[in-house]
Amino acid sequence: MTAVVPPAPPARLCPSLAAVYRAQLSRARGARIPLLFVATFQSIGIMVLMRGVVDGGDGDEARAVVAGSAVLVVAFVALNLLAQYFGQLRATGGLDHYATLPVPAAAVALGTAAAYASFTVPGVVVTAVCGALLYQLPMGGLWVLLAVVPLAGAALAGLGAALGLLAPRPELATLCGQLGMSAALLLGVLPEARLPEPVRWLRDLLPSTYGVDALATALEPGPDWGSVAADLAVCAGVGVAALALATWAYRRAALR
Amino acid sequence: MASSIARPWPGLAAPEHTPDGTASAPAAFTVRGLTKTYPARRLKRSRTAAEPAAPASDRITLDVARGEIFGLLGPNGAGKTTLVKQLTGLLRPDSGAITLLGHDLVRHPRRAARLLAYLGQESTALDELTVALAAETTARLRGLDAGAARRERDAVIEELGLGPIASRPLKRLSGGERRLACVAAALTGSRPVLVLDEPTAGMDPVARRAVWAAVDRRRALDGTTVVLVTHNVIEAETVLDRVAVLDAGRVIACDTPDGLKALVGTEVRLDLVWRGEPPLAVREIAALRHLAAVAGRRWTLRLPPDRARAVVAAVTQGPAFAALDDFTLATPSLEDVYLALGGRGEGLVRS
Repeated sequence: MTAVVPPAPPARLCPSLAAVYRAQLSRARGARIPLLFVATFQSIGIMVLMRGVVDGGDGDEARAVVAGSAVLVVAFVALNLLAQYFGQLRATGGLDHYATLPVPAAAVALGTAAAYASFTVPGVVVTAVCGALLYQLPMGGLWVLLAVVPLAGAALAGLGAALGLLAPRPELATLCGQLGMSAALLLGVLPEARLPEPVRWLRDLLPSTYGVDALATALEPGPDWGSVAADLAVCAGVGVAALALATWAYRRAALR
Repeated sequence: MASSIARPWPGLAAPEHTPDGTASAPAAFTVRGLTKTYPARRLKRSRTAAEPAAPASDRITLDVARGEIFGLLGPNGAGKTTLVKQLTGLLRPDSGAITLLGHDLVRHPRRAARLLAYLGQESTALDELTVALAAETTARLRGLDAGAARRERDAVIEELGLGPIASRPLKRLSGGERRLACVAAALTGSRPVLVLDEPTAGMDPVARRAVWAAVDRRRALDGTTVVLVTHNVIEAETVLDRVAVLDAGRVIACDTPDGLKALVGTEVRLDLVWRGEPPLAVREIAALRHLAAVAGRRWTLRLPPDRARAVVAAVTQGPAFAALDDFTLATPSLEDVYLALGGRGEGLVRS
């Protein structure tokens, strides 16, 4: 036997999660800003279009359009772009970089997902404020975005990461991300009452739905905070499950 | 064996030898009978089973001593990267054993990340980061605390002369600069073993020298072991202590560069470049025709020295000289070794 050299200690979860988060966030400066603009303008454009058929003021339809458009920004960035990023990273062998570092799988998956969720904050706030102005909705409940963005962000980013990491080809990751975003658009922006029964079931399965419902309730003149809390609790539960799935998917993709 | 193994790795117990005595110094890597075959691609709508693919690693056995700069040389597709991915715990072999600094890597592939630093061919994970942040983040993910990671970042940026481009994102750099930034990230966290897959690809001579100086410094100070993948013959001859020549997944030779060159004996290489058609009317030239490897207007001949001298005399006079554009006479290179050993590919780089 040869003499055994003791291995260096592995990186701990929290510092490495922070390092991944910081590195990913720094990418926003260059590459991400144009896409964040696209995400925001897409949502504002949808609200302007829908303003032609939906009346402003207090009404379920106006609230659904604004809440759906705001959460759509999260779906665009956290689900669609993250699925593309991980799909690309996996296809080009970029995951080898992380796989040969002694870093916990959760740190890479969660740090990246958290960064992508953070990218969405300005766009969601701008969209929600513009929407509230456009549809004459009360803005008193918008503070609930502080909970909606991280929880819907966790759920959608977890799902996006898992799609990107599990898709056998990067094109499929992109396709899944786009489809997920389209689902969030169609099922989030249209008022639930107008949807046929089977489509409503589909809507209930989409993680972003509970974020949309929480925000829509918060935009009411006298919000039912119990219902908001219940929606956010579902969102949190789905978020935990999605992030666990993302971590498992990362481990599967990176550490063969 | 490398002369600079004298300094033992800190924390090393009494040096021991492998049972079969293949290593004369404590081993960094011990590889035995390593075999890896990628699954054959299934053909759609085909009833016949796809033919099993040729193994990408075929019963590879080799030892890398601690403190050694060990090269893996071979053309594209020879199985260098597949071997390296198994050495770094990224790929599980079908059979065989890998020991890294006394640890069984086949059973515990994740230990590799705590013992070695790996520089892969792809930089996509770092592309959008600045050079400084790429180095610092990599150091953090190797377990260094924030202060130590920043110090290592500054030191390696200084060492490799990356200061002027430290705040630029990798993807805005030239290929060579980007590669150098990835080397900087790989050098953080002071690992006892570095596995570098074509580290100097695309670099200018200044950057190359900076990389080899940094590698040498780590070997002199810490006894760092380096496993280096290259298909650059000149680089292999100048920086490597020992080299394993790979062809079609097999190690076809493993020795010092000089030892390998001695294998091809005293033959020298004579390159003749003709202006146009070779002067086959000259009897000496016509006689050489069947000995030459022809590539366009270039004839490459491998001859005993006295025969080569006679050919040079023949081609530097009369009608042969009039038809001759250029000629070079060279002692054997590792490329000659590779071809003499039966290497089939022709993908080695000479520049």
